[in-house]
Amino acid sequence: MRGSPMRGSPPRLLQTVLAPIVFGVVVVLLWQAVVTGLAIKAFILPAPLAIGAEFGSNLQNVANGMAVTGRNALVGLLIGAVLGILLAILSALARVFDDMAAPVVGALSVVPIVALAPVLYTMFGAGAETARQLVAALAVFVPVYFTTLKGLRQVRPVHRDLMRSYAVSSAQATRAVTLPTALPFVFTGLRIASSLAVISALIAEYFGGPVGGLGKSITSAAASSNYGLAWAYVLGSIILGLVFFCAALGVEKLVSRRTG
Amino acid sequence: MTGRSTIDSTISPAGNSSAVDVRGVSRIFAARRGPGVTALDDVSLVVAPGEFVSLIGPSGCGKSTLLRLIADLDTPTAGSVEVFGKPARQARIDQDYGIAFQQAGLLPWRTVAGNIELPLELHGVGKAARRARAAELIELVGLADFAGHYPDQLSGGMQQRVAIARSLAESPSLLLMDEPFGALDEMTRERMQNELVRICAETEAAVVFVTHSIPEAVFLSNRVVVMSPRPGRIRSVVTVGLGDRSRRGEDLREDEGFFQALSQVRDLLRGDEAASTPQGAQGVETR
Repeated sequence: MRGSPMRGSPPRLLQTVLAPIVFGVVVVLLWQAVVTGLAIKAFILPAPLAIGAEFGSNLQNVANGMAVTGRNALVGLLIGAVLGILLAILSALARVFDDMAAPVVGALSVVPIVALAPVLYTMFGAGAETARQLVAALAVFVPVYFTTLKGLRQVRPVHRDLMRSYAVSSAQATRAVTLPTALPFVFTGLRIASSLAVISALIAEYFGGPVGGLGKSITSAAASSNYGLAWAYVLGSIILGLVFFCAALGVEKLVSRRTG
Repeated sequence: MTGRSTIDSTISPAGNSSAVDVRGVSRIFAARRGPGVTALDDVSLVVAPGEFVSLIGPSGCGKSTLLRLIADLDTPTAGSVEVFGKPARQARIDQDYGIAFQQAGLLPWRTVAGNIELPLELHGVGKAARRARAAELIELVGLADFAGHYPDQLSGGMQQRVAIARSLAESPSLLLMDEPFGALDEMTRERMQNELVRICAETEAAVVFVTHSIPEAVFLSNRVVVMSPRPGRIRSVVTVGLGDRSRRGEDLREDEGFFQALSQVRDLLRGDEAASTPQGAQGVETR
């Protein structure tokens, strides 16, 4: 996992950082030009400058929305990840459990989990954030479970033989070989799950519950024909999703560097 | 010692204190259909303490299977395997042997020192004792400058030396080695063989060594067990009278007795050729 010598050198930096920025700026300018040039109505597509202005003047509201939705996503991510990892370990240890869990997890993975939101709102009360956190947790659980289980099965035969020759308990072998081997897979799952957590927590807001989150704010802004503001909240959700994704990536880099 | 000599009479010096005692062992791998594959058929072998025994033969002769049975990584279909007078399973639990495989099998997230410490750590040896032992072994295999390196920073030969150091970590009286130099180039290989002879002389461990290479087997061993394939059987055992391990050195490779033993083993392996494959014993390096 040691970086290639090329990474971080100026030409590479230019390419990886500057190029997307230039591309982004060009796209935004083009968007602005098309909207003003063709006089497109705001309810179809507001101009980026208008969105930017709304974003600037409602910064506090957007930030509050990000905090509410972000908190739900984070709680969901933690619950889902812990459950996913623990159950995957259980499945890897006991074939019986794996056979029992496989169809259930398979079913979970095909259920449109946000569609559970209305049911959960009635279960936990429409005034609580619990339903949204559970929706996020469920969305996180599935990819984390599958990638972790896959990672736990990647132990090389020579390492398995070695552990057997050491006559260690399965708990010891799990700690010494199985978990470190699985770690990169777990992080791949977490990286996928981090974005899913934000998306699920946000969409769950469409189905009810308390106001204040990004999802609710997008719908209410759009409902009051304030399209610029609605898009400003969308911008907020994109930023939130990126923050989650980058945080997961950062933790992954940190851990993989330390474990070699 | 040519041709098909009777197995038991030639290779059973007997005695209760043998390092390895394999008696009438067969191993049949079940096939999904058909009768299954007989990897080993009624094999018996006794290895004395401190003795170096090589298993040689073409691919599919069951030499690796035999080693895995001694290590209790697999169980025989019939017969018994005893290590230091105990069933193989008990010997494994008591950590009576150290093992090295064809692949070094190092843990990529641990340093050289960390890899060598692994068995000690798993068996509850204290940190200071672990450090000291690892340093000692790193010195023994000549990797003093690489203790803090990770496996992917080392060459294949160096990785294999780490694996050998790891197998020696708990000073076992029996060393099981499954083609540990199989993936190395010839130069590295001869150097590793010299080192192994030196290490074995120092540790006085018995060794069961699986190999494809005739010179390797002859150079290292007190006895070379020649095996034949399908079903895996011991064809014959060649006693290499090249003297004490501590006096084996590079010049041994030029010795008259070395060449004699070499051609003896080669002739025995040729027996396979006549019996099964006309082109030559497959998978055996006769260089």
